[in-house]
Amino acid sequence: MRKVKGISFAISEAISQEMERNENIVVLGEDVTYWGAVFGFTMGLFNKFGRKRVIDTPITEQTFMGMAVGMASLGLHPVVSLMFVDFLGAGFDQMFNHMAKNHYMSGGQFTEPVTIITAIGGGYGDAAQHSQVLYSLFAHLPGFKVVVPSTAYDAKGLTIASLRDQNPVVIFGHKLLTGLPFLPYEGREEEVPEEPYTIDIGKGVIRREGKDLTIIALGLMVHRTLRAAEMLEREGISAEVVDPRALIPLDEDLLVNSSRKTGRVLIVDEDYMSYGVTGEIAFRIQSKALGELKKPISRLAVPDVPIPFSEPLEKAVIPSVEAIYKEGMKLVRG
Amino acid sequence: MILKPEPTLKDLVYIIDSLKLSKEKLIDMYYKMSLIREFEEGIASKYYEGKNPFNMAAGSIRGEMHLSSGQEAVAVGVCSPLSKGDVVVSTHRPHHHAIAKGVNLKSLAAEIFGKETGLCKGKGGHMHLFDSSVRFSCSGIVGASFPQAAGAAFAFKYKGLNNVAVAFAGEGAANHGTFYETLNVSSLWELPLVVVIEDNMYADSTPKSFSVSTTHHYQRGLGFNVPSILVDGMDVLDVYWASNKAIERARKGDGPMLIEALTYRFRGHFEGDGQEYRTREEVELWRSLDPINRLGKRLIALGLTSQEELREIGEKAREEVREAIEYAERSPLPDPSEALRGVFK
Repeated sequence: MRKVKGISFAISEAISQEMERNENIVVLGEDVTYWGAVFGFTMGLFNKFGRKRVIDTPITEQTFMGMAVGMASLGLHPVVSLMFVDFLGAGFDQMFNHMAKNHYMSGGQFTEPVTIITAIGGGYGDAAQHSQVLYSLFAHLPGFKVVVPSTAYDAKGLTIASLRDQNPVVIFGHKLLTGLPFLPYEGREEEVPEEPYTIDIGKGVIRREGKDLTIIALGLMVHRTLRAAEMLEREGISAEVVDPRALIPLDEDLLVNSSRKTGRVLIVDEDYMSYGVTGEIAFRIQSKALGELKKPISRLAVPDVPIPFSEPLEKAVIPSVEAIYKEGMKLVRG
Repeated sequence: MILKPEPTLKDLVYIIDSLKLSKEKLIDMYYKMSLIREFEEGIASKYYEGKNPFNMAAGSIRGEMHLSSGQEAVAVGVCSPLSKGDVVVSTHRPHHHAIAKGVNLKSLAAEIFGKETGLCKGKGGHMHLFDSSVRFSCSGIVGASFPQAAGAAFAFKYKGLNNVAVAFAGEGAANHGTFYETLNVSSLWELPLVVVIEDNMYADSTPKSFSVSTTHHYQRGLGFNVPSILVDGMDVLDVYWASNKAIERARKGDGPMLIEALTYRFRGHFEGDGQEYRTREEVELWRSLDPINRLGKRLIALGLTSQEELREIGEKAREEVREAIEYAERSPLPDPSEALRGVFK
């Protein structure tokens, strides 16, 4: 089977295959034609499908998100690029007050089959307004499915699943997993089938089996955690790495079962610490497995500061392989 | 009378002929405007039941209530040339648009009462009305209607259909960025969109003179190469004239138009509004321009109807509203378990 480097190729291939299958899919957003939505998620689509179906919008997040709401109400399935998730502020009203709510508010009459693809994360010096993750904001508000692929294989299967879903799905693609030449790459080349396939949104996966502790991570953090797990292995500690792949719906059983098995839990997240993913997952685990936990649940996340620019500062706030390793050691040996 | 002199009988005959408006259509417009007025006044009186002293959470209709009495001509004038398959996206003040678009009156009333039989099973309420069968929706967020209607217009164009989408918004909403963004993109892409600004002079409590830097919003539309018309929103024929033109143009694929209708809400921004921002004299002046009476007088002058017939039409509207409200009151409240259903399809 062919090898693929990065989620961008996988996502754009998924969209392309679904566009061939479903003429109601249209792609819109800023720079989605020549630049493939900057982070490659729509690369090649313009050449194949032309400007009728791949549409550069003016820089108007509120308006193109609102247009997606109107388009979806008439049976189209818009794929909307939100170039950086950091730009959600400019379009969020149409997303959380309309796209996410219209199905519920209309008593089920209006569906919102919209797929939003957005680039997330730091680690390359883009600072406070271009390095955030913010998926917990979407996960907090009822109505979005929240997908965070960490591998090219998952990115393709989850994107196709999103394009066949009748609900708004937001796909958060980490910039350091895109595989694009102008960015660092922290993923691995992997086999990705050429033919279309789907992965159930809400079905997590165990990336590495282990028995001493469970480390839960998403997106880029999965890869950093796997590297930290190798370091822990050298110390004789066996870490299980669990990737939920989606926050909404969340594969709670997978997380709880692994926690019960190991009795020690570390949650690693690239979003802000407070009122976010780490707290929510920890709550759910303790509510079902408190008796089986040997230690209080531990967490790593961005410590409630904006992402700073300068390299040592940025490295100090985004969980690193070293930080995950240290926290894992503390949890088992400390 | 606000913008143009009241036409002489001879000119009125000419206007109606050139608009190709039949007697039946004119009577229907009169009926729909009456229905809206009766509905709004009927809802108002039910709304205050159990709210003395005033408490939004009390009584059988809870929450805020934004009524449209006085603005009937805009809704009926704009929606009369529309078909069932055309889209209307409305605002936080949506009842007149809903009724003019053909939303079922009983389901509408039941939704406002929060009943299981309501349009949205009681989950939407008065500011969040949806009826997919006539392609009507609205939003409680000011400025939200523009891009959603543009998206619908995009879908029509993409599918090669000759339907149109209408965005209603107030003159306050037209200060929102979405207004300009939508005008720009719909003009650029020649979308079959009609933007209707209902200028009722006040954004909540803020007079237009303190919120709009130009005299009118239609001037702003022109800057985006969108043909823009200012009409007398208290004159249903004037609104219809503009709407017909805009809708025909959009159906032909010639792009969007903007209609700005000068109108007035006879009631407050919301029920319970003390209306400190305007004088009683001003309200009385605008009430003298009542769009229903104006059309009625013209129909009598044209010999198309009689005072007696109009009274009967008014009575029929009152009866239909009475039945709708009775239906709403009789309907069961939703089961609490329904609250946890329907976030996802």
